[in-house]
Amino acid sequence: MKITFPHMGNLYIALKAIFEELGVGVIPPPKCNKRTLELGTRYSPELMCMPFKITVGNYIESIENGADTLFMWGGCDVCRIGFYNTLQKDILKDLGYDIQMICVEPFESIQQIKNFLKKLKMVSGENNYLKFLTIFIKGIKLLNQVDEFEDLVNKIRPRQIIKGEVDKLYTKFEGEIKNVKGYKETLNIIKQNKEKLKKIEIDNNKDVLKIGIVGEIYTVVEPFINLELIKKLGDMGVEVHRSVTSSEFINEQIDFVPFIHSSKKEVHRAASPYLDTEVGGHARNTIGNTVLYSEKNFDGVIHLLPLTCMPEIVAQSILFTVEKEKNIPILKLVLDEMTGEAGYLTRIEAFVDLLKRRRESIFNEKMLSRS
Amino acid sequence: MTVKVGIPRALLFHEYHLLWISFFEELGAQVIISEKTNKNIIGEGIKNTVDEACIPVKLFHGHVLNIKDKVDYLFIPRINSIFKNEHICPKFCGLPEMIKNSINDLPTIIDTEINFVKSKNSLKNTIYEIGKYFSNDYKQIMSAYDKAYLKFKNSKRIIKENPFSEVNMLNNKKIMIMGHPYNLYDPYINMDSIDKIKSMGAYVLTPEMIEDQYIFDYAKKFDGRLYWTFARKLVGTALYLIDKKNIDGIIYVSTFGCGVDSVVADIVEKLIRRKSDIPFMLVTLDEHSGEAGINTRIEAFIDMVKWRDISENNISAHG
Repeated sequence: MKITFPHMGNLYIALKAIFEELGVGVIPPPKCNKRTLELGTRYSPELMCMPFKITVGNYIESIENGADTLFMWGGCDVCRIGFYNTLQKDILKDLGYDIQMICVEPFESIQQIKNFLKKLKMVSGENNYLKFLTIFIKGIKLLNQVDEFEDLVNKIRPRQIIKGEVDKLYTKFEGEIKNVKGYKETLNIIKQNKEKLKKIEIDNNKDVLKIGIVGEIYTVVEPFINLELIKKLGDMGVEVHRSVTSSEFINEQIDFVPFIHSSKKEVHRAASPYLDTEVGGHARNTIGNTVLYSEKNFDGVIHLLPLTCMPEIVAQSILFTVEKEKNIPILKLVLDEMTGEAGYLTRIEAFVDLLKRRRESIFNEKMLSRS
Repeated sequence: MTVKVGIPRALLFHEYHLLWISFFEELGAQVIISEKTNKNIIGEGIKNTVDEACIPVKLFHGHVLNIKDKVDYLFIPRINSIFKNEHICPKFCGLPEMIKNSINDLPTIIDTEINFVKSKNSLKNTIYEIGKYFSNDYKQIMSAYDKAYLKFKNSKRIIKENPFSEVNMLNNKKIMIMGHPYNLYDPYINMDSIDKIKSMGAYVLTPEMIEDQYIFDYAKKFDGRLYWTFARKLVGTALYLIDKKNIDGIIYVSTFGCGVDSVVADIVEKLIRRKSDIPFMLVTLDEHSGEAGINTRIEAFIDMVKWRDISENNISAHG
């Protein structure tokens, strides 16, 4: 049996290791590329959101590479993610692929974790629940490690003295991950690269802008869909912080387990004056995190959403008020399969320029009021 | 002076207007409903809503703007779920916030949460929360609701007394127009599609004319979980029609950017095309108000349905 899963940023590193620990053959889909999107768009409903289309592309490309079992993150949210597996199963069946699908419901209780483990049992033929649990915990640990590594990359990139050094390291890191197997080796690679990253020469006195990224999780963590926004900003000398990541998402789901921590409560508290209820997706986090960024004195916020994303449209209309009241500039970027890179780049550059001016003028004001 | 409650003529108003209006009237309030959708309402709505929102939500904003200065209260409930284990589009949950943050100088908004996702036990509480704005008497509020509900239920029955069997007797072509109630029953947004089809001599049916129980039973046959109330209703309708074969054509009216329809219209279309030979057409509406395009499509569709009788049977199997 060869298992595969859809891409979502760096999630594949943890998933690959988990399945390898379980003794299952893994075929990770090729990195999202233009063909992935083209395939996905061709076979998906026209007005579907972009994450759906890319996921379909991922599946098809992995099946072409020999995968016969699909692992997917289902769920029952208010938004359309709950329909993903129903429709995708249908699309793949229509295309004549004979595959098995394992769908995971979100973790709302211990019972659902049990169900998840039961499904894992089906895949691996392993019987020992305790072993599953340890592997599951290992997976979460890996995920947290990967995201920590990524955060460090985002911190160092704008400050590197020799341009491109971080990206060189990152590309090498991705290559190394491909060649290792299992939890231990993967963790080692991450740790080694973290050390290497720390050794990169940086300019500590550089005056960098800080931008927070909020929005729908897929558009935030998958570099292909957001046209490598984080890297682009880093190269412009901006430190980027992502508010939603895969690890944070999973921690939020299972933070009733004693040793897991998430910032859910804090985010919800911050969002409460504007939106005090769950409307699906990441709308509440979008509002909450924007408020938190303004409290942490970030220079600006970029709001990412796929076209027609329902929860984020609600968030977007509230963000206008947050922008005014908290005095923090927000750039909204709507992503779909037609996104032209040049126009996109122009908007980001203009936004960064504005933020630079804004910081200067605030600085000057302070200077003037002091004299 | 009596209190004035405003209800925007948009979204779920089209489904629950009788219930809402008579409830408030029983409580002694004067109900003011926004004008029927017109160019001005739609224009103001588009101007005051975020660009990415779908046209029904933009229309809702327009209707709010239309009455907000004439009333003391605006009824914009936060509708989370109207059925057990089912949800409604996320935009409905965030509607009070969307309005508050997009429109200035609003009267008091009655934004009570309506959420029956776990059970209907909270119904009485919900009613009391809404009624509290007008009366302190728990009993009066409840009896007002009961009276309103009766009225609402009876009206539903009137629609249902157009049973399909009777329709079967008619010699006319029967066309099902399906979609969200706020797209079907707002003639401005769908450019009078229903009347247009009627004027071509076809009999128009809508999902509301099918017994709830049928829809419920047929929706259960669908392989997959339908957790949106709209999805259950529309997929149930499609499966019912496929099974009963008592329809000559199906037109699905959708709006651009509708998240629910991006899924449901696709499911419905695939079901119909695979399991039946009923002609199907998907009409997607947006801010454009060019009527000629929609006329052409409807005319062509009805002509095709009519010609099927004459032409299809005459085609020789030998070519």
